[in-house]
Amino acid sequence: MGLKGKAALVTGASRGIGKAIALAFAREGASVVVNYAGNKARAEETAAEIRELGQEALVYQCDVTSEPDVQEMIKTVSKKFGHLDIVVNNAGITRDGLLMRIKEADWDAVLNTNLKGVFLVTKAALRPMMRQRSGKIINIASVVGILGNAGQANYSAAKAGVIGLTKTTAREVASRGITVNAVAPGFIITEMTAELPDQVKEQMKAQIPLQRLGTPEDVASVVRFLASDDSNYMTGQILSVDGGMAMQ
Amino acid sequence: MADTDVLTRVKKIVVDRLGVNEADVKPEASFKDDLDADSLDIVELVMELEDEFNLEISDEDAEKIQTVGDVVTYIENHKS
Repeated sequence: MGLKGKAALVTGASRGIGKAIALAFAREGASVVVNYAGNKARAEETAAEIRELGQEALVYQCDVTSEPDVQEMIKTVSKKFGHLDIVVNNAGITRDGLLMRIKEADWDAVLNTNLKGVFLVTKAALRPMMRQRSGKIINIASVVGILGNAGQANYSAAKAGVIGLTKTTAREVASRGITVNAVAPGFIITEMTAELPDQVKEQMKAQIPLQRLGTPEDVASVVRFLASDDSNYMTGQILSVDGGMAMQ
Repeated sequence: MADTDVLTRVKKIVVDRLGVNEADVKPEASFKDDLDADSLDIVELVMELEDEFNLEISDEDAEKIQTVGDVVTYIENHKS
């Protein structure tokens, strides 16, 4: 129970990687705020599973692209628990297409949720964390932010941005006992990747040294490590969880 | 005696946050030059002051704050 008594906020926790992270935290004894943007029913399901594990869950709807809404969420959460120990910036969307075909609106939507959202949540969360002189922020980047990926100009740009943001934030707040790290998942089996044609999935697999797609749990276990005291001497790091796709 | 009250409360926050001697927290003391505050210290200080006095200090105004006296004057003028 490495996270006993901790309060954690996971954005985009209604499904996929976010849900796996929320459950992994609950298994370690944390109280978890399940943030979602649109899928209330699925967020409630995640919360119900957390409660089955004997932990407290709070379902909170908030679009991470809205600063006032994000500030309100952080205020509510830190008031409820009296502290905010872990924040996972996981909420993300895709609007794939070849660069020449990406519409401005699709570019903006992906950059807003996947990059600006991380900035806004981090900015708000640092307030209680600076005050308590501790905190762990974990951003979900992506292997495509490191390697690039045809058809994901917007997504890869946003994820590369998250990597830069992670390192800068880590430098700014290190003196206050707050660590900021990122996980860069590879191809993970979620609803986001389920939409891809089988042929594309086979091509993906061929690029993975470990020869399989990842599971949300593969990612969640590394995030759990970064959220725990086991990683106290790490900050500004980008951990790839991608079956060996991007070796640094 | 409202002035003394604000100054006392500001002093307490500055002493707590910056770990300086109360005697050094004079109205003319500059946060950067006399109290050794870096930019992150000042961001934190502004945060604390906002909570203590229940007001919002805009980034533009925060940048203008240089001395302990500036803070006291700002709070007197903006107190709700």
